Amino acid sequence: MKKTNFTLISPEHRRYLRKKRRSALLVWLLRAGLLALLLGLWELTADVGWTDPFLSSSPSRIAAAVAGLYADGTLFYHIGTTLWETLAGFALSTLLGCGIALALWWSDTLRAVLEPYLVVLNALPKIALGPLIIIWFGTGSTAILFMTVLVGLIVAVLHMLTAFLSTDKNKVLLLRSMGATKLQILTKLVVPASAPSFISMLKVNVGMAWIGSVMGEYIVSRAGLGYLIVYGGQVFKLDLVMASTVLLCILAAGMYFLVALLEKFLVKDTDR
Amino acid sequence: MKREILRFSEVSYRYHTPQGETAAVEGLTFSVEEGSFVAVIGPSGCGKSTLLSLAAGLMKPSSGKVERTGRCGYMLQRDELFPWRTVEKNLFLPLEVRGDRTKESRERARELAVKYGLGDFLGSYPSRLSGGMRQRAALIRTLVTEPDLLLLDEPFSALDYQTRLKVTSDVAAILRGEKKTALMITHDISEAVSLADRVLVLSRRPARVIASHDLDFEEDDPLKRREHPAFSRWFEVLWKELNA
Repeated sequence: MKKTNFTLISPEHRRYLRKKRRSALLVWLLRAGLLALLLGLWELTADVGWTDPFLSSSPSRIAAAVAGLYADGTLFYHIGTTLWETLAGFALSTLLGCGIALALWWSDTLRAVLEPYLVVLNALPKIALGPLIIIWFGTGSTAILFMTVLVGLIVAVLHMLTAFLSTDKNKVLLLRSMGATKLQILTKLVVPASAPSFISMLKVNVGMAWIGSVMGEYIVSRAGLGYLIVYGGQVFKLDLVMASTVLLCILAAGMYFLVALLEKFLVKDTDR
Repeated sequence: MKREILRFSEVSYRYHTPQGETAAVEGLTFSVEEGSFVAVIGPSGCGKSTLLSLAAGLMKPSSGKVERTGRCGYMLQRDELFPWRTVEKNLFLPLEVRGDRTKESRERARELAVKYGLGDFLGSYPSRLSGGMRQRAALIRTLVTEPDLLLLDEPFSALDYQTRLKVTSDVAAILRGEKKTALMITHDISEAVSLADRVLVLSRRPARVIASHDLDFEEDDPLKRREHPAFSRWFEVLWKELNA
């Protein structure tokens, strides 16, 4: 389907393609327009005095806050801190989660023994462990990293375990009839069959990692975007709170986009 | 006297669940000779699949003996091709499992594919193949390790009627061409009559053999068999035995 032979396109098909392109363009224009409209209204209501910019800020004040952070040289320090905690936590919880899920898939006994623990850990609000984490790991990045891993780990384990266990029974039977060992069933069937679930787990875990890192910064940190939000709230610098939130939005969207890109790369092979 | 590839002697198998135990097959005795095509028919849920798992050695009988010489290949209701592998890589799967990395085996797999009309699709993913072609690919996949016995678990039941007639005919031609021994279970009487040299009829659970018929067709092609006068005669005989 990718190869389009331009000499053979019928006028009807060309009209169809043009219509498709136009509607895609229209959607993009409307999206951008909506954003511009909202920002404009926000700015306008603040300027005219319908809203109090001290409480609800305004786009220009947010931009000024970001510029201020940049001017005193702390912008990239805060972004870098949060980004590192998030990415490291994301990577660790993903790796550990897949590893634990594999072990649980491998051993029925282990799975049966650990099941209630997983259920409880999954239901437990991780933030309840905040004070413990401070005492164990201090108030630095390690504590936040731990929090991030904690938030993402159980979700990753449960997601991947479900994927591993839902492998087509008939395909397992087929491999067994070929004389496959358990390790071969794992590598040739269970792991590749779980690729789509792996991607959807990554998408969920991106969100979890940001929750973990920002939550961690709320309780302990001295740096990072979550810290800026808490600090800004305490000293009533709501421009700073808003600016940090906007930065978080951009970073989280960027990371999600990268995962979506990975998905295209990973699943393009199956249906060509 | 031809060599026996598979022999069941007084084989019983019982399933265990917390609710109790169920006898799936009981005192099953039969054998499959080299080069023959044996079809097993029986009422649904009578333990036909258990019989194949026992033959494949995937389950051990509760009592009795299952003897098999050589390797077996298993073909299931659906093709079970791996969608993330190309057709060629799917055909190599049994070789990989056996740790067979020789060029000759891979070449033989490719030759079989070419011989049976999949040559142009070796590099394609299964999603590009029609249902009939997929089932043919599945059969070739079971043939690449040169099994001595093929176990077919209702291999055509997931196909629509037109495709089914065509694929049945293809499979018969391939199996006769490669001189393979096959044991097929099915609930479809006409499929059994159109393909097999011998038909075993199983009873309701626990399954035991209640009849064995040698089919006296001089014709091997399933489509021609369906037009043969003896076809409806056999159909009737088997129908009565199944519903006795």
